[in-house]
Amino acid sequence: MSTAREYSATGMAVRTAAILFVFVIIFTALLSAAYLWTKPAIEASATEEKMKLIDEVLPRRDYDNALLDDTLDLPATPELGLSEASTLYRARLAGQPLALVFEAVAPDGYSGKIRLVLAIRADGQISGVRVIQHKETPGLGDYVEVKKDKNKARPWITQFQSMSLAEVTDKDWKVKKDGGRIDYYAGATVTPRAISKAVLKAVKWAEANRNQLFVPGGAAQ
Amino acid sequence: MISRDEFKTIAGNGIWKQNTSIAQILGLCPLLATTTNAVNGIMLSLATILVMALSGFAIASLRNLIPHEIRIPVFILIVAALVTVVDLLFNANLHELYLVLGIFIPLIVTNCIVLARVEAFAAKNPPIQSTFDGIFMGFGMLWTLALLGAMRELLGAGTVFGGIDMVFPNLHPIQLLPESYPGFLLALLPPGAFILLGCMIAWKNWMDARAAERTRLKPPAPVAVAGTH
Repeated sequence: MSTAREYSATGMAVRTAAILFVFVIIFTALLSAAYLWTKPAIEASATEEKMKLIDEVLPRRDYDNALLDDTLDLPATPELGLSEASTLYRARLAGQPLALVFEAVAPDGYSGKIRLVLAIRADGQISGVRVIQHKETPGLGDYVEVKKDKNKARPWITQFQSMSLAEVTDKDWKVKKDGGRIDYYAGATVTPRAISKAVLKAVKWAEANRNQLFVPGGAAQ
Repeated sequence: MISRDEFKTIAGNGIWKQNTSIAQILGLCPLLATTTNAVNGIMLSLATILVMALSGFAIASLRNLIPHEIRIPVFILIVAALVTVVDLLFNANLHELYLVLGIFIPLIVTNCIVLARVEAFAAKNPPIQSTFDGIFMGFGMLWTLALLGAMRELLGAGTVFGGIDMVFPNLHPIQLLPESYPGFLLALLPPGAFILLGCMIAWKNWMDARAAERTRLKPPAPVAVAGTH
């Protein structure tokens, strides 16, 4: 190729730069096209992921609104251990508030923060709790995650289900080792203790703010 | 298009002679990070095979248009763009597979194996040969990483194929050593990967030396009779 014509130094530089430019344009265009083309499908699967997580704490048949569109923006809430803004989802049945789905953080896990997702029903009962992120010791403290729990029939985290402030006193809302009623596996008490505390705080927070949180109304917010 | 001999040479180079991990010693960073079990090693290799085949083909096709002086930036541009497109397409159309393989794809963008093969092979050879080169280099990486990963988890935790349930939900890791095996943390940490990789390199060199010795000692009778030399 290069034998065909001799270029001056400047000509060579310009030619090289032009070729590089053309490549950049072509491949950037390719990237943009791929991005735009795949965007709807990627967003749909991200929504599906989110719904899958919510389904674990609140059965889809219990509510009839578009949960993901009925949101409330929460500022950083120390009561929930949240140092950043987050989103709360409101489930309704026939327009009436049915449950809230939101995130909480247990700051005092054995190795750092444990992120939780909770669903609390309008009557104050917990519909479900799941751990969504943690750094607890593999094989020791990670049973709080349903997938890692050896007790498949009744994973540890499910015992929070249908607990409520009305039924369980603060004293009982602790792991058995601390005099409460919550089970734990020997050898890892710090993790369940942190989660129990965070769940209790979250339930109290929802109760204290119930007038703002459980308001009737449609999806038009 | 591609002759039998060419194919054989490319396959032999990729799988054994110029094996990326134990002969060229390339891409050690993802190797150390992912071979804590065999499944991760295999997944990373599968993603690499895909990317190497694509980038080999693309660059071999464009090789006559790329000026020599700016080939490296252009290669990086092409590889990075292709990997990103593959990443997006996977995420959109094969979401289940993406959840398993997805975290490995961005790891490959800057993997030196890809750039090394593109520079050493695809820039000088036709598209079909380059595609096969990418595939077989990836296969070489696949068996090496699978073996290294299996050794590390066997020594480290007493199991093999840990994490297989992430790929096939109804399969379970195989417990090879008794449950009471205390575990050997060093094997799971990066130094353990280096030590075992060193052993594998030594093993390859020993095999090669033995093969060379054998050909040297063997009387070259058949060749002499045929009189081809």
